[in-house]
Amino acid sequence: MTETNKITRRAALLGLSTALAAPAFRPSFAQAAPIKVGVLHSLSGTMAISETALRDTVLMMVEHQNSKGGILGRRLEAVVVDPASNWPLFAEKARELLQVHRVDVTFGCWTSVSRKSVLPVFEELNGMLFYPVQYEGEEESKNIFYTGAAPNQQAIPAVEYLMSDDGGSAKRIVLLGTDYVYPRTTNRILRGFLNSKGIADADIMEEYTPFGHSDWQGIVTRVKTFANQGKKTAIVSTINGDANVPFYRELGNQGIRAEDIPCVAFSVGEEELAGIDTRPLVGHLAAWNYFMSVQSPANTEFKNLWQAYIKNPRRVTNDPMEATYTGFNMWAQAVAAARTTAVDAVRTAVIGQEFAAPAGYTEKMLPNHHLSKPVMIGEIQADGQFNIVYKTAEAVPAENWSRFIPENANRRRG
Amino acid sequence: MTRIIALLLLMAAAALPARAQDAFLDALPGLGGNFTAQAEAVDRLGAAGDPRALPVLRALSDGRLVKLSDGTLLVRDGAAFTNAATGAAATPAEADTQRISINNRVRVALRGALGRLQIISPDAGERLAAAEGIFRSRSADNVGLLETALARETVPRIRDQIALALAVSRLVSADPAAKMAGITALGGSASPEARSLLLESRAANPDLAGQIDAAIADIDRRLAIRRVAETAFQGLSLGSVLLLAALGLAVTFGVMGVINMAHGEFVMLGAYTTVIVQDLLRGHPTLAPWSLPLAIPAAFLVTAAIGAAMERGLVRHLYGRPLETLLMTFGVGMMIQQAVRLVFGAQNREVISPPWMQGTMLLPFDIPVTANRLWILCFSLVVFLLIVAAIRFTRFGLEMRAVTQRRPIAAAMGIRTGRVDALTFAFGSGIAGIAGVALSQIDNVSPNLGTGYIIDSFLVVVFGGVGSLAGTLIAAFGLGVINKMLEPWAGAVLAKVFVLVAVMVFIQRRPRGLFPQKGRAAEA
Repeated sequence: MTETNKITRRAALLGLSTALAAPAFRPSFAQAAPIKVGVLHSLSGTMAISETALRDTVLMMVEHQNSKGGILGRRLEAVVVDPASNWPLFAEKARELLQVHRVDVTFGCWTSVSRKSVLPVFEELNGMLFYPVQYEGEEESKNIFYTGAAPNQQAIPAVEYLMSDDGGSAKRIVLLGTDYVYPRTTNRILRGFLNSKGIADADIMEEYTPFGHSDWQGIVTRVKTFANQGKKTAIVSTINGDANVPFYRELGNQGIRAEDIPCVAFSVGEEELAGIDTRPLVGHLAAWNYFMSVQSPANTEFKNLWQAYIKNPRRVTNDPMEATYTGFNMWAQAVAAARTTAVDAVRTAVIGQEFAAPAGYTEKMLPNHHLSKPVMIGEIQADGQFNIVYKTAEAVPAENWSRFIPENANRRRG
Repeated sequence: MTRIIALLLLMAAAALPARAQDAFLDALPGLGGNFTAQAEAVDRLGAAGDPRALPVLRALSDGRLVKLSDGTLLVRDGAAFTNAATGAAATPAEADTQRISINNRVRVALRGALGRLQIISPDAGERLAAAEGIFRSRSADNVGLLETALARETVPRIRDQIALALAVSRLVSADPAAKMAGITALGGSASPEARSLLLESRAANPDLAGQIDAAIADIDRRLAIRRVAETAFQGLSLGSVLLLAALGLAVTFGVMGVINMAHGEFVMLGAYTTVIVQDLLRGHPTLAPWSLPLAIPAAFLVTAAIGAAMERGLVRHLYGRPLETLLMTFGVGMMIQQAVRLVFGAQNREVISPPWMQGTMLLPFDIPVTANRLWILCFSLVVFLLIVAAIRFTRFGLEMRAVTQRRPIAAAMGIRTGRVDALTFAFGSGIAGIAGVALSQIDNVSPNLGTGYIIDSFLVVVFGGVGSLAGTLIAAFGLGVINKMLEPWAGAVLAKVFVLVAVMVFIQRRPRGLFPQKGRAAEA
């Protein structure tokens, strides 16, 4: 209540000064209630390392949108809650956002397990969630928009690249992952894909580790043994979160060079590399739909906006942040088009929205609630950035139900 | 007729040096092309063997080769530029220079080409790297070059590597006798890569399958011994990490009986102290390389001070009430964690590893061990011995034992028990901080660092026998080795489950652990 009063007073002052002095436009908000934007990202616990940057991205977008005059003449107001990397708490906090704060839209979640935990809440209360992280697919909800990659936009092109001449023509694949739903489903899809390409199960090694695993000596040694069987080998890593730093350090220390055994990761971005000396890792790969090193006017604008907001000219941007940014803009466009924030109307309006994303391509929201996105593969550089060595000519439409899972054979493809 | 042939030969001989020069200039522009063109150009430059190619290829490998808009290639050296083709100094406009990037395919080509150009370098390190590069590039064209290099080489380690590279080059050559020699030489090595190459060549040489299999079996025998040693080392290394994490707790929980759930946070604070010390010393000419050793006393003092404050302010009011102590220390731990997150941010902080803690070292019998793990193993043993010495041989250690065994009698002897309590808790906390310095080298320095170690620490202390330092030592190394032995066939997740189940069963049978305390202290 005090917040609103302050704003009104400031608006009145602004109006006065505008009338007196400058003809320039300044945002002045009418009496209308603010549009509430929920932020459901872990700010403590094991996922805080990745998710705090996404909270900041949403806050930045809210501030930016308000500086442009809000939407429909209404001011935006962020409601931040902390589900603390605790999966059941995600559901409680989602309910709080929808029932107590009555938010119009929510941006949130990182791990698939947290998304699965809030999905029934959003469906029951007819909320709207924008989920910004690449994931394993095999899901579709009318209440969720997925702005990260589906497996056919990240995992499969990455493995195709490893098997190509440029990627080193790998004939044996190691699938390393953290033990939860995303790596297990992704690796199931990848195994189906590899089998369809003529790679036998004997040439696939699959291993899982707990969250936060820090002792990689044995596994890296076994990968070396597996690689020395007379066929070119590559690693596909779905290792998530904290465990990546000790993993890469062990790779470097055991002398696994990218020229011999390249490792492509799906969850390692600029932010995760910030804690490691990347010189021994030059040439290892990551597959995303955006890299900070992309050269495009939209990316320059995004990076400048971010570094100005966070007041640190060296802070990096990454793929999930770009997906949050793109999702937010699409939602804002849809609200402007629908002339309301009502969930059902906005949902119809979001589908078909196009946005010139920082990735340098125009991305489009498809009827299956996923985006068309470009696929990019980058090599780690000594400065912790990625050098893009491969990208698709056009944005690839998402295929959330994978064709490499037998149960999906009868499913209609969007 | 013979005269014509002689004339032709003469002409060819005269043309050779000119063609070699052309080969360098011909191939050079390819370095500015796409990845395929780059890899081809690198191969041609390596094959031509022109010494002028060496600085250019090195620059390409280090990302110091730049292209101007007119296609000219320049080598950057700090702020100076030289023309790659002519070697002349150049002063391009900064905006016009575009850095040439490479991919793995080009890197593979570079390794072979640089190997060929550097195998006769005066620098021993470069020769070793060159021999490794040629070993992996597997080209039959290198036989002659390697034979010359082998004849000149005097350093045994490099000789071995050149011999291995030569064996590979012979293996892929067309000459059957050379092939046989290559197979025999590879069979005499203990190199896993050599094994891989032999397996690869098996399909191409069905007539030599028997010899190849024999050579592989030879290598396997040597590798089997090495693998056992490797597993043992990895187990000891995991044990040393457990030991470091548990030692502080062995004092606060084992000796004092305080269930300190904030123990992991003290470890984390030690790691952050390392970051701060490194940040402060960054750029200092003499102290910067010593920042890691200097962080050890700093971390001890910081965490010991916080531990002393916590004991005086909170813990001492709850002696004899384990449940409240547990809840209170848990809460303090969460507060420390969130405070660190607010001050330093949730992101990982980068810790610098000194050069002597990077890469792989070879123990006797060519057993490869990673340097950081080896140092941490030694460090954990030193810390353990220092603690044992402190408790056994110092005045403070004597008072500490007296107070924990019979508090009223110790007090009657004039020992200020409150002061001893505070010092003991500070001592345990300080050791946790030292552990943090070591763990910063193998784990993330993030606010969550401690949470991963708290369960393991309690496990080790309880399994070893509460109050027994020797028990902690044996329990840590025992659990580490068992875990690593189980891992290859059970996987990392199941191995850990098995270890936990085994410890649970053991504690059921022997609740006081491996080395139960005897006497009155145990009943207190």
